[in-house]
Amino acid sequence: MRTAVIQFPGSNCDADALHAARLTLDPDARFVWHTEAGLPEGTELVFLPGGFSYGDHLRSGAIAARSPIMAAVKAHAERGGYVLGVCNGFQVLTEAGLLPGALSRNRDLHFHCAPVHLRVENAHTAFTGAYEPGQTIEIPIAHGEGNYYADPETVARLETEGRVVFRYVDNPNGSLNDIAGIVNERGNVLGMMPHPERAVELLLGGEDGRGMFESLRAAKVTT
Amino acid sequence: MTTTSSLRSRAATFGLTAEEYDLLVSGIGREPNALEAAIVGAMWSEHCGYKNSRPLFSAFPTTGPQVLQGPGENAGVVDIGEGWGVAFKMESHNHPSAVEPVQGAATGVGGILRDIFAMGARPFAVLDSLRFGNPDSPRTRFLLNGVVEGISHYGNAIGVPTVGGEVTFHPSYQENPLVNVMALGLLRHEDLAKGTMGEVGNQIVYVGSKTGRDGLGGAVFASADLSDASQADRPAVQVGDPFMEKLLLEATLEAIESGLVAGVQDMGAAGLVSSTCEMAYRAGLGITMNLDLVPTRESGMVPMELCLSESQERMILVPVPGREQELLDLLAKWELDVVTIGEVEAHDRYRLTWRGEVVCDLPVALLNEAPRYTREGVELDEIRARRERDLSGVPVPGDLGAVLVDLLSHPTIASKRPIFERYDHQVMTNTVVVPGAADAAVMRVKGSGMGVAATSDCNPRFVYLDPYTGAAAAVAEAARNLACVGATPLAITDNLNFGNPHEPGVYYQLGQAVQGIADACRALNTPVTGGNVSLYNQYTEAREDGQSHKVAIHPTPTIGMVGVLPDVTVRATLDLKAGPHTLYLLGEHATTIGASQYLETVHGLEAGRVPGLDLELEAKVIAGTLALIRAGLTTTAHDASEGGLAVALAEMAIAGGQGLTVTLTAPESVRPDALLFGEAHSRVIVAVPVGHEQAAQDVLEGLGVPFTALGESLPGSDRVTIALSGANVQLSVTLDTLKHAFETPLREILG
Repeated sequence: MRTAVIQFPGSNCDADALHAARLTLDPDARFVWHTEAGLPEGTELVFLPGGFSYGDHLRSGAIAARSPIMAAVKAHAERGGYVLGVCNGFQVLTEAGLLPGALSRNRDLHFHCAPVHLRVENAHTAFTGAYEPGQTIEIPIAHGEGNYYADPETVARLETEGRVVFRYVDNPNGSLNDIAGIVNERGNVLGMMPHPERAVELLLGGEDGRGMFESLRAAKVTT
Repeated sequence: MTTTSSLRSRAATFGLTAEEYDLLVSGIGREPNALEAAIVGAMWSEHCGYKNSRPLFSAFPTTGPQVLQGPGENAGVVDIGEGWGVAFKMESHNHPSAVEPVQGAATGVGGILRDIFAMGARPFAVLDSLRFGNPDSPRTRFLLNGVVEGISHYGNAIGVPTVGGEVTFHPSYQENPLVNVMALGLLRHEDLAKGTMGEVGNQIVYVGSKTGRDGLGGAVFASADLSDASQADRPAVQVGDPFMEKLLLEATLEAIESGLVAGVQDMGAAGLVSSTCEMAYRAGLGITMNLDLVPTRESGMVPMELCLSESQERMILVPVPGREQELLDLLAKWELDVVTIGEVEAHDRYRLTWRGEVVCDLPVALLNEAPRYTREGVELDEIRARRERDLSGVPVPGDLGAVLVDLLSHPTIASKRPIFERYDHQVMTNTVVVPGAADAAVMRVKGSGMGVAATSDCNPRFVYLDPYTGAAAAVAEAARNLACVGATPLAITDNLNFGNPHEPGVYYQLGQAVQGIADACRALNTPVTGGNVSLYNQYTEAREDGQSHKVAIHPTPTIGMVGVLPDVTVRATLDLKAGPHTLYLLGEHATTIGASQYLETVHGLEAGRVPGLDLELEAKVIAGTLALIRAGLTTTAHDASEGGLAVALAEMAIAGGQGLTVTLTAPESVRPDALLFGEAHSRVIVAVPVGHEQAAQDVLEGLGVPFTALGESLPGSDRVTIALSGANVQLSVTLDTLKHAFETPLREILG
């Protein structure tokens, strides 16, 4: 799956995302600088990596969401192309309006870096097909602002439409309904706080994140 | 240039003594102006000029086949093989952190990272060695929370994992905490960069943040005792911006990799002046810079401020001649402020102009060659008396299980998980051994099969009671910790934190400690590649009786050591693994309680002789540990240090979630509490799978490593049981009790 990893100033999981994508999805996965007007020809997956784009100035993800490349990312999503936003990438997606809700400071106001358990709530998305429904997987988190919030109607819609894809088994940040990851209505844009790209090699302690990339590799591209 | 009347009577305001002022006058053959005096004061400060410590450093071994870059550059570099090198260095940010812990610690991280990428290396790991006072005091909570917040804020944002370090508590650090930050960077040999001006005609490029009024006089501030008045010196503390640093890091590395850089250095202590002065000195050339071109954060800044501001996230780059425009274009892509502020010239002067006038004209050599002082060192009687104290009357507690629980819950020994969970320790996806899982951190090197291990160590109580042995023991412990993960120790960086060197008691500690480090480094083949000196770590307290009282920190020469794992999959951690294992002790049993954490925690005594350190034995234990790991005979290794053998065994059981049973045998003359909690050096516990004992013993015998079979792991059991044969003493504690004792304290202190 042809993969483009977007680099904003202050992204710091960009190299990790590229490394994981090359290992699991696309040996030719490449970086795209935030000032580019378009994505490389044939891009199937856009990976918005974690980090502190623009130093989290204003609000996490707020400035990156308005950078030139994001128009192309939106058009890609509208065409049905896949978009995966992890951590700061999730924050960028909510700020860009590609996903509903917002991510505010963790309940205890502290940064947390630790492995957490997630329940796969929807194994029928392009991102989760390789998992069993209800499967528990271990993926690391590393964030200070991962506390998911949306208004009650939005949360109710996410729940009834099966768009809550991952839920924390033991909520680390205060997210509503223990939400760890969600998809858009069409199911081609996923945002999540935990870092699947950190869990693709046994050498680093686990490979429960591989399922996401394997799911994508098997998924049909509808563009 | 404006001539001035003599500033001699005001020498102290520039950080100079009257004698040093005279030396300056005779060196330049005239009276300096105020700017020149301030520049010399900063360059001759202990922080920049090492005037009290450098004469001692000739004792250090600094060379070896593994050393690519020794002391004198921004950081040392070791060869790890396959064309890769590791740049590493440790630096203190003690005084800033005492006054403003969040920014003090944050800029400590920022500063050391710049030293690393100035070498052309990509920073890939940070370790922090932190020392605080009484854990129950509100001040300690304030400082600890602030320092952790600062490291977390800066390290997490810039995206370099914080993978290890130490956090310990002792009353001597109550007012003057220690924040020592070590960073490691990875580079290809061909990208090794230097802090030089290069050749005549080269341009001098300023890049990064604008210059503000923050951090003014930081180098001088760091080179004086702390006092109540230091709180008013908060403007001497810099403010960090990790986002700017991230841009600077990427831009600098891209520029070096593109071959556009002839010389590079960060603006650290004493800012613009020290970086450009040192680069000129290394090139053996003079420079002229126009201060009007320095980008400023506010208007009306004067030369003194422009020269000595310690605003963060600024670098000096010297472009390769002919490629200046390419460099400027590259830096512009990263949206950085870039200005060419001067040029390298064929003379030996350090010249600065401002508003069309020459405002500073000093010899480069004079600035870089601070006077050197060799002082008189004398051991304090009080410390000698503590060391020689007779401990035979110290009672052996009846309930040794309760002692074990007490020690595990001492904040110095207790789990640091609540702290390291606030640090991103996995970003960059290289962290193979996470904090707390082993005696050292291990990072893989992508694109090779190798791993890099790092640790920072010092037992200040040892150094206090016996500076020579204590400092040598810090080197030995660091090497042992690396061996316990399967890494060959390569080289050290040191961070020498001491009190005021003008006091003979402190100077004695410094001299002895330097000698101890030097001897241990020689014996263990780990040369010194650089370091940092932080003196004046003492606090002058005004007491109610009107007397002022000086409190010096325990001498703390923190050792940062780097090692290599030829195959990162062949390694060990401290937890007991699944399946039955036989536990062995490599090295000799402890026979005294002298200088132990046990003696301090349980009996309230900081006293006794530091156990003797036999460096030949240490080398054997290290070789034996590595041989067992590399032969696949153990994947569990842990050194016995603070809290002794019993604490080490408990930590292994807690981490592995299983019990163990051991029986310790020793001559009747050895106290049970010494055997359990004594802190002899050169001891490692390993776990050999049942059935492989003979093979393991053959390896150890072949290497002449003394060892003892201790007992066995007990998968499925929830008890740690330690019996002392002959003494009719046994302790047996459940894992739950040990775990609770170990994991609760830091959570409570952090709040």
